[in-house]
Amino acid sequence: MRDDHLLTSKHLTRADIEGILDRAAEIDADPGALAGKHDGSLLGLLFFEPSTRTKMSFETAMKRLGGDVVDMGSVESSSVKKGETLADTVRVIEGYADALVVRHPRQGAAKMASEFVDVPLINAGDGAGHHPTQTLLDLYTMREAAGLDDLSVGIMGDLKYGRTVHSLAYALSNFDVQQHFISPESLQLPREVVYDLHQQGASVREHEHLDAVLETLDVLYVTRIQRERFPDENEYQKIAGEYQIDMATLEDATPELTIMHPLPRVDEIDPAIDDTDHAAYFEQAHNGVPVRMALLDQFLGGSA
Amino acid sequence: MSSDDHELRVSKIRNGTVIDHVRGGQALNVLAILGIDGTQNEQVSIGMNVPSDRLARKDIVKVEDRELSQEEVDVISLIAPDATINIVRDYDVTSKHRVERPRQVEGVLTCPNTTCITTEDEPVTSRFEVLDDGVRCAYCGTIVRDGIADLIGSR
Repeated sequence: MRDDHLLTSKHLTRADIEGILDRAAEIDADPGALAGKHDGSLLGLLFFEPSTRTKMSFETAMKRLGGDVVDMGSVESSSVKKGETLADTVRVIEGYADALVVRHPRQGAAKMASEFVDVPLINAGDGAGHHPTQTLLDLYTMREAAGLDDLSVGIMGDLKYGRTVHSLAYALSNFDVQQHFISPESLQLPREVVYDLHQQGASVREHEHLDAVLETLDVLYVTRIQRERFPDENEYQKIAGEYQIDMATLEDATPELTIMHPLPRVDEIDPAIDDTDHAAYFEQAHNGVPVRMALLDQFLGGSA
Repeated sequence: MSSDDHELRVSKIRNGTVIDHVRGGQALNVLAILGIDGTQNEQVSIGMNVPSDRLARKDIVKVEDRELSQEEVDVISLIAPDATINIVRDYDVTSKHRVERPRQVEGVLTCPNTTCITTEDEPVTSRFEVLDDGVRCAYCGTIVRDGIADLIGSR
């Protein structure tokens, strides 16, 4: 990669992405191959927002590489509570760790933080902005299930605030993928992202209803519509209901359709789908470890 | 000549800067960019919506005893892309040039996205990339096409 940090997926090239996915596949095939390789290295975890999968999979990945983590802990128990700036916090933790992973509720937080440190910094989510490591594991999962070219991908749900969606869309524009964005009008993809995708020459279509495209899709990436996005509970119930999928929804889908979700889900995917061949979301979550191992190996000076 | 007549509507200045060919109606925004609100005894003359050969209607701003920084000129170029900056010394125009749109502007503008990290109490200067038809926050990516003058803040 051209950069010392991973802040967005916007500047990742196809070669960057394939390099990481190939490395992740090697690790997946032989999980012990890198055991102890980064013995003594420390990864600083700075999560200013709650996280289960991202944080635990970074921790698992680092430990499987032989390293360890230093964790800021929750905001409530840290100096952030005393009013410390993010800029100060990262400059302090930089002195303890060989690389940093930052999640923060503000857009652009990781980019700003990266300007204050010399160690590699990885964005693990910045508000409604980007979540590039999720994207890499999404692509890994998608490649395993359906390949990454000559593909029709539907991305559905909260496209406005969904950072995993923004990052995924940018990355997919490197491949021969038709992207269909399915959402209520109020949660459409930010115009900035649409502008960028068009600039990159991506094939992008927006829809209000899944049934308009379902039968053409190879992959359906579902995201959660959050209750707090709607001022009115009835409005939320009405809209969210239209973007939930169950066995009946899938009657119009191809048998090969792969269903993905960054998790956590609430009720947007009926659990009855979990046991079908469509469901790839748990596998997707597991893929966080080899993909983040590949990434950390690279950032910690890996190519041996 | 008609343009001289227009110039005469606003008195000449001895030393300072004349910002001419400002798009009609933008003069007050130019003052906002320069942080001029009349409380610091600045001597300022303004012509608004005067007929112009080059623009149908133009504004003129004359500021005594002040020469503008490049950063200020850069931001002015966003709301007044046709403006000319005339430096006046002892009643003579000693330099005159058109503004050029910069590739980016730092400081001066505040990101309108309230969830952008630059609107937090962090030691960071706002930075906007200049697009053909607007500006874009370098941190959160928000694009602003209309109402750039509304972003002129105190940061």
